[in-house]
Amino acid sequence: MSPHPLPHGLTPSQTVGPFLAIGLPWPDGPFVVPDGTPGAVSISGRVLDGAGEPVPDALVETWQAAPDGTFAHPDDPRGPGPAGFRGFGRCPTGGDGGYRIITLRPGPVPAPGGGTEAPHLDVSVFARGLLDRVVTRIYFPDEEAANGADPVLAAIPGDRRATLIAAADPAAGEGAFRFDIRLQGGRETVFFDV
Amino acid sequence: MTTDLPSAPGRLRLPAYQRPAGVHPPLDSPAYASSALRAPRRPLVPLAQGLTEITGPLLGAERVTAADADLTTRHGGEPLGERIILAGQVRDSGGRPVPDTLIEIWQANAAGRYAHGVDDHDAPLDPNFDGAGRCRTDADGRYRFITVKPGAYPWQNHHNAWRPAHVHFSLFGRAFTQRLITQMYFPGDPLFGQDPIFNSVPGPAARERMIARFDLGTTQPGWALGYQWDIVLRGREATPFEPGEERR
Repeated sequence: MSPHPLPHGLTPSQTVGPFLAIGLPWPDGPFVVPDGTPGAVSISGRVLDGAGEPVPDALVETWQAAPDGTFAHPDDPRGPGPAGFRGFGRCPTGGDGGYRIITLRPGPVPAPGGGTEAPHLDVSVFARGLLDRVVTRIYFPDEEAANGADPVLAAIPGDRRATLIAAADPAAGEGAFRFDIRLQGGRETVFFDV
Repeated sequence: MTTDLPSAPGRLRLPAYQRPAGVHPPLDSPAYASSALRAPRRPLVPLAQGLTEITGPLLGAERVTAADADLTTRHGGEPLGERIILAGQVRDSGGRPVPDTLIEIWQANAAGRYAHGVDDHDAPLDPNFDGAGRCRTDADGRYRFITVKPGAYPWQNHHNAWRPAHVHFSLFGRAFTQRLITQMYFPGDPLFGQDPIFNSVPGPAARERMIARFDLGTTQPGWALGYQWDIVLRGREATPFEPGEERR
């Protein structure tokens, strides 16, 4: 039983199954901002299962603040952020389990308990085999001071914290980051209960 | 980049969304074989809901045309199968309608075959049906699709496994916490008892909430059977706002 009895029972989650590509991908999904936007960065990586094999039928979604740390949403108590920044990315994985999101780096965000959350993206992963989405966060490797003061990262044991921090990928060009998502196994990504 | 962040400690008052304890299926559900190598094994880490979680993408107006809600008219001819109307209301658990939110659906055709290269079920494709639709809820949180009833189909989970007929539904709500992807089922389906996905949801009451209701009032005489299915997303806890300050 829920600790909070609900007047209306929630609709339960079910898996997206193997055929999400029929209904969910958008041509502009991976482009939170158009490719070539000044300051745009790419975040790419692979979704891997417990055997280390690629997950070719997953969907990765991202949600984030604008570069000034605001959200284009009426519930941001500081007022709505810049119009025109979608803040949302969506990319199905390919045969190699890979995904790619093109976006602007988010700004830091005030934390609910005081303090400041380091720049981050919230991530949902959907896939066959997942009866509910799993949620993680992407932080940036060159924000060491901000990451060190982040209350969410601070609550994660040190040996697992690294799974939430993207890696710079200079071979892929300036502003390129890698973030692999391991659903299971020795280096299982930290997933959150939100 | 960090100008003017009003982050005085403890001053940020945000709505909080109820946590759905016991409603969703456990990720680790051994009867569903595909979860074995994909469900995380470590406990989920509790995350305090901050600004990133209580906001979310407000999508839809620019992504949807009225024609997207009718899955039967997008090709040269009428798809085969039983024409149906799927309609309902999206609310939160406090009973409030969720207006202007994007709903995306996908489904098999009437023969139980998906228009997807990975589906190798030996049943015919229908050139007049791709199985994808989308719409945006109206000001009262209501939606309506026209489609055909999907067929059941076999799968490899266990010996003689068949999925009950279902339509996949994807919803955003108004916050990251409200994001939901689920499946809608049809009343009286004889395949419920052997389906590990349907039965992964704990408790008969919650499973019942995934089943649409046949509705003669939604049925159009001489044209299509009607089903009603209401969807309930996580609602807000009552506490954070001052009186008179609450926003929808």
